[in-house]
Amino acid sequence: MVSRSRVVIDRGGLQALIAALRSAGYRVIGPTLTAGAIVPGEVAAVDDLPAGWTDEQQGGQYRLRRRDDQALFGYAAGPQSWKQFLFPPRSLLWRANRVDHGETVTEAGGPVDALAFLGVRSCDLAAIRVQDRVFAGDGLVDPGYRARRERVFIVAVTCGTPGGTCFCASMGTGPAVGPGFDLALTELIDGNRHEFCLDVGTDRGEEIIGSVPSRPIEPEDEAAAHRVVEGATARMGRLLEVGGIKELLYRNYQHPRWDDVASRCLACGNCTMVCPTCFCHAVEDASDLGGQTAERWRSWDSCFSLDFARVGTGRVRTSTRSRYRQWLTHKLATWIDQFGTSGCVGCGRCITWCPVGIDITEEVRSIRRTEEA
Amino acid sequence: MTVTTELPEAWQSEPMVPRQYRVVSRRRETHDVVTLALEPLHGRGSPVRPGQFNMLYAFGIGEVPVSISGDPAAAGPIVHSIRAAGLVTRALCDSHPGTVVGLRGPFGTDWGVDTAVGRDLVIVGGGIGLAPLRPVIYSVLANRERYGRVSVLIGARSPADLLYTAELQNWRSRFDLDVRVTVDVAGGTWRGPVGIVTELIPRASFDPRSAIAFVCGPEIMIRFAARSLVDHGLDPANIRVSLERNMKCAIGLCGHCQLGSEFVCRDGPVFTYARVGRLLAIQEV
Repeated sequence: MVSRSRVVIDRGGLQALIAALRSAGYRVIGPTLTAGAIVPGEVAAVDDLPAGWTDEQQGGQYRLRRRDDQALFGYAAGPQSWKQFLFPPRSLLWRANRVDHGETVTEAGGPVDALAFLGVRSCDLAAIRVQDRVFAGDGLVDPGYRARRERVFIVAVTCGTPGGTCFCASMGTGPAVGPGFDLALTELIDGNRHEFCLDVGTDRGEEIIGSVPSRPIEPEDEAAAHRVVEGATARMGRLLEVGGIKELLYRNYQHPRWDDVASRCLACGNCTMVCPTCFCHAVEDASDLGGQTAERWRSWDSCFSLDFARVGTGRVRTSTRSRYRQWLTHKLATWIDQFGTSGCVGCGRCITWCPVGIDITEEVRSIRRTEEA
Repeated sequence: MTVTTELPEAWQSEPMVPRQYRVVSRRRETHDVVTLALEPLHGRGSPVRPGQFNMLYAFGIGEVPVSISGDPAAAGPIVHSIRAAGLVTRALCDSHPGTVVGLRGPFGTDWGVDTAVGRDLVIVGGGIGLAPLRPVIYSVLANRERYGRVSVLIGARSPADLLYTAELQNWRSRFDLDVRVTVDVAGGTWRGPVGIVTELIPRASFDPRSAIAFVCGPEIMIRFAARSLVDHGLDPANIRVSLERNMKCAIGLCGHCQLGSEFVCRDGPVFTYARVGRLLAIQEV
């Protein structure tokens, strides 16, 4: 963790931090218990956080469970990542009016809220870094993404409770918080204390905590924070061997495992919807019935849909085999050539939210094990 | 014609906002192909290189990628040939002089005609695939002496589907161009060969060690044409193909046009066969 300074705060300090962010003009978005899952939502106070809740995750399975303590961040990645705020599921790109035979754009982009993300887990922070490369990297910058991204304040959290489908340790994205945070919390909770190690990553992070009551960090706090990371690493539910994975997948476009997974895959696209890095989207043009105004919308799309890739003579990927292969190969191999990073951060959502529990780590393992030399 | 508001400066940096262009002429090439010449309503158009494409927008209906098909050296309007295949292309084909359409571009890689100086050229176009190749032919004819032997091999479904027939007559009458045309199906008045365009490759004369091929057409035609050219001794690095995929953004963000790690909109549409041949050989990539 690239930290400038570390202090310790308690639950009251966290409340003060939320208040400070709100008074600085941020809408604070943090974990909330909503519709039977822990998902990002508006947070006004510490009491809005899912104290004492955790989750149990396996392939195709997500269940909320009570913890035997009052931890505020004691759960793994839920179904919704922060992607929905930076790259909304549906957004207006522009609206235009027809003026005689011409047309004029009346609206492009739009107002952007300043958001503070509270409780961004290591994997999700890595996912934001991945999407930064996609939408605001070396290539053409998406102005909407950049505008939203520039207004985001990030309070990350060290993951202390990986789920059964997690493999961030394999992907090198966690459980310790990587770069890109303004502030980072590590929850220290045991029988008689509930505190947070607070790391400062940026100037504005420093500024925000000016009014937050804290105490200096002691060596035993450092040790406790270190144990959180070690414990999480040890409890990681899944493992993905990433050595030479790009070449492995490039060699195996014709591996029989693709047929095997296609016999289970429903091509529903859930994995792409919950994935915090999937960026593919549709662009839809529409007009009113009179043809006087036109709009252009962007919305999430999925490479699992039959119409995703087309040429004049028809669809490119008609088989489920080819569409699953496209998704997995993109995520773990071609992404590296495109953006210099893997498209997978090991959050495990695609495993948990697959209705038939297809496990990306198992698919890769099978290909690796049975590859014809 | 009145347009009340110019695009605000800030929105011009929004890469998804089309600029307005007026159709200045429309020419029907075949029953389903129309060539439109477009001029910007405001300011000047950006220079376009042969092989590049623009996103053309029909108001309220949608946007499609279309290669330029005009003479890159000619001043004046920018020219696209469009085949009516879906809603958007039909609307574009139905436009008439005065219609305002949207345009974003140009995008993508070009044919690199200049890098083929001194070589024999084999230009292979199937169907609407001839449209992106026409600027290559214009560029070569403008400096004909800079190139070796030049073969233009054209395939169409039927004689009625042949594009640019008047120009074709001109090209065929030249002694410094070897133009060959074949069709899939023909009636009794057709005097040329019947068959697929790849069958013309053995009849063209070129030095396989140095010739440069430019190939565009349906993907299956590209695959067979490129394979045939390799069989005739061309290095895959000397075969340039222009690929088609559906595109929603043209700036490498929407993901639809991916072919392996390539974004066809940004890394293509023109690729060397050396780069994409392996992917083209795999079904459903």
